[in-house]
Amino acid sequence: MSAIYTFKCHKISGGVAEGQVLCSKDDINFYVVDPEKGVIIEKGHAIEGMEIGGRVLVFPSGKGSSVVQADGLYQLNTYGNAPRAMIIKHPDTVLVASCIIMEVPLVDRVEEAFYSVVEDGDTVTVDADNGLVTVKKKE
Amino acid sequence: MNLTQEEKKMLAGDYGQGTALAMKILVAIGEAFDAERMVKISRAHVALSNQEADLWFAEKLASGGAKCRVTPTVNPGFNLDYFCKAGMVSEEDAKIMERTHTAYKSLGAQLSYSCTPYLFDNIPRFGEVVSFSESSATPYVNSVWGARTNREAAQSALCAAVTGCVPEYGLLLDENRKAQAIVEVEADMADDFAYELLGYCIPKKIGPLIPALVGMPLNPTPEALMNLGAQLNTAGATPIFHIVGVTPEAPSLEMALGGKSPEMKIKITDQDLINIREAISLSPGKIDFVMFGCPHHTLRQVQDVARMVEGKKLRTELWIMTSSYTREMAERMGLSEIIENAGGRIVDDTCWDQPCWGHLAGKIGATDSPKLAFYSKRRDMQFIVRSVHDCVKAALKGEVQ
Repeated sequence: MSAIYTFKCHKISGGVAEGQVLCSKDDINFYVVDPEKGVIIEKGHAIEGMEIGGRVLVFPSGKGSSVVQADGLYQLNTYGNAPRAMIIKHPDTVLVASCIIMEVPLVDRVEEAFYSVVEDGDTVTVDADNGLVTVKKKE
Repeated sequence: MNLTQEEKKMLAGDYGQGTALAMKILVAIGEAFDAERMVKISRAHVALSNQEADLWFAEKLASGGAKCRVTPTVNPGFNLDYFCKAGMVSEEDAKIMERTHTAYKSLGAQLSYSCTPYLFDNIPRFGEVVSFSESSATPYVNSVWGARTNREAAQSALCAAVTGCVPEYGLLLDENRKAQAIVEVEADMADDFAYELLGYCIPKKIGPLIPALVGMPLNPTPEALMNLGAQLNTAGATPIFHIVGVTPEAPSLEMALGGKSPEMKIKITDQDLINIREAISLSPGKIDFVMFGCPHHTLRQVQDVARMVEGKKLRTELWIMTSSYTREMAERMGLSEIIENAGGRIVDDTCWDQPCWGHLAGKIGATDSPKLAFYSKRRDMQFIVRSVHDCVKAALKGEVQ
């Protein structure tokens, strides 16, 4: 049995989603990706070359121009490569609006202990509506 | 959130489904940021860019009967007439631009198609609450004009234009506008290009903190301030900056900081600017084209280019993207003729991130804009990043030396 941990969080964009988690120490701009492959193509990025499609992404914040974040997510979605949910530390209006419009669950203010528990490959459930994040450790 | 009767009616669909959706999104944003109420706006700029997500969302609002209560200015797409006549866009791409035009017209937007409305036709007064998206526009109206906007997405700004209000949080409140980091600028801010590099450099060192810049020249050009804001929001997300002695909320460092101690203090040297330029630019060499206008070039920048190319022949393509206002002035003043005689082109209503530039894919260009160089990976263009002056020289010689 894998260990399961549950943490409180704050809802930004509603919904419930589950997926394998991918953590990035760098902020993310969803336009500097290859939407067909669902891969980050920003040079030198912490998760450059890694697949974000179907993942629950953990990262500090969004970045980049006010137009492209929504379009990036829209394009990823078109190719079935949108992230399932996002967990962030510092919300910015551009990312928040983009997630609400594209209906991607987004939460912040997760209890600090979450960050010492979560590792790439764990299965994470984001229940934004009830303000809960659950981590099921990989075997 | 506490909504007024009128706001509740918008949310309930009394003004149609489009307005209801716009209000629903604004309420969700407000709740995400713990806003207590909505406040009225008197201006908006929507960074529609003729991208699929923009179009999808604008058509969704328009088909729901939404009409803007506050007429927003809008970002460029591409100049349909110009690029269709030149045979540079497919029928499919032309249709998308037509649909964008129709959707925004139906929503009641001002079809200005420029990313620099804050320089001529959408200028807020000090303290005015507005909703501005677009990476150079948000910092310019906050920092230079002292108006109040959050760093809106194209979509949230459109919602604000439709409803005439925004949730009250973030940069609408005094306490959140203060500087959090001191940036001592030792680098020589000799020209507008230095501000491009400075803007790109700062977020790499201080993250999302609001900077107070000290040691800066006291007479920056509008172009310098435009460049600074655009690059701060390419390398990071910095919707307001303060330059001590220059911007209105920073008459002194103490006032910029609001009496608090800074969370960080950093220095920027000439070497930092050189390092950044090296990091974002291809190495010097042959080029196929020069591209200006991210953000849209101003009349003064067009004059500078015209002065350099007058009576000469360019060896490469040279494109200047600008506003319809500047293009009209350039026409009247004979600048367009000078640039066109040299082999350059000046085109309005157009952004580089559009399907009309297909012929430049796979080629190497020179530009003054790190923002353009950063995002152009998506359109398979590569750039050497230099000052406007050096880029024009490169177009005359066919290479950057």
